[in-house]
Amino acid sequence: MKDFSSTTLILNAIFLLALATTAAGAMIAAGSTRLIRSVCGLAICCLGLSGLYYFLHSPFLALMEILIYIGAVCVTIVFAVMLVEPDEPANEEKRASALEWGGAMLVMAAGLFWALSRLILRPAWAEPAKKGSGAIQAIGIHLLTTYSMAFELISLALLVAIVGALAIARAGRTKP
Amino acid sequence: MTDPLYDTLEVYLFMGAFLLVLGIYGLVRRRTLIGMLISGELIFSAASLNLMAFNRFTAQDPAVGQIFVLFIMGLAAAEVAIALSVMLAVYRNYRSVATKDLAGLNG
Repeated sequence: MKDFSSTTLILNAIFLLALATTAAGAMIAAGSTRLIRSVCGLAICCLGLSGLYYFLHSPFLALMEILIYIGAVCVTIVFAVMLVEPDEPANEEKRASALEWGGAMLVMAAGLFWALSRLILRPAWAEPAKKGSGAIQAIGIHLLTTYSMAFELISLALLVAIVGALAIARAGRTKP
Repeated sequence: MTDPLYDTLEVYLFMGAFLLVLGIYGLVRRRTLIGMLISGELIFSAASLNLMAFNRFTAQDPAVGQIFVLFIMGLAAAEVAIALSVMLAVYRNYRSVATKDLAGLNG
């Protein structure tokens, strides 16, 4: 019994580490003024999120989170930061109005968080009888049978996005 | 004996709500398009985490939520690619991606 409780303690510590990583990364991403720090905050947040996905019994999505968000999304945003001006413009609006708007936004965000907390802490969420396994094999079978149409549509959407991105970014580059 | 911390649904829901609130806050306070895009990614992450939490604790078939989150990730990647190219086009025309300067339609 002692062994079990110490295992739980270690798992709890790792879980709290993942939670703290996610929260810290999100705060850096939303609060930093330098854009490159913001992107790094997003990457840290995604790293913590992949840990949370692992705790949610989904190592597959933990891997995908690192692969897609850190490997593709963050790197793409870093490219955007490199290609356009790196920093936010200096704060030209008046100090008082900036503080006012920031305070109003903070109050609104806190109110939204409070409302969501009230919703989360309602009596009990229903516990169903478990059926499927949720293993990677089941995901593959679902993707190729029940959700094959959506799977194909996602690949089509990605293709259109890539072609559209090339078309938009290329316009105006040709020499007259 | 109660469940350990990592086995309770509410912790994940609180984390999702926190990410959503931070994303909305950043979306309003940011003054460049890239910063707004980063905050949008935070909101995407909040939605994914919520879906995964409910998938783990209250869904009948735990594979379905994972597939949905996979689709969300695919759409987020497509959105980032499009947003980057739009930003490049905007930067070429305005020499800026600050939202204050992009007021061409502001009559």
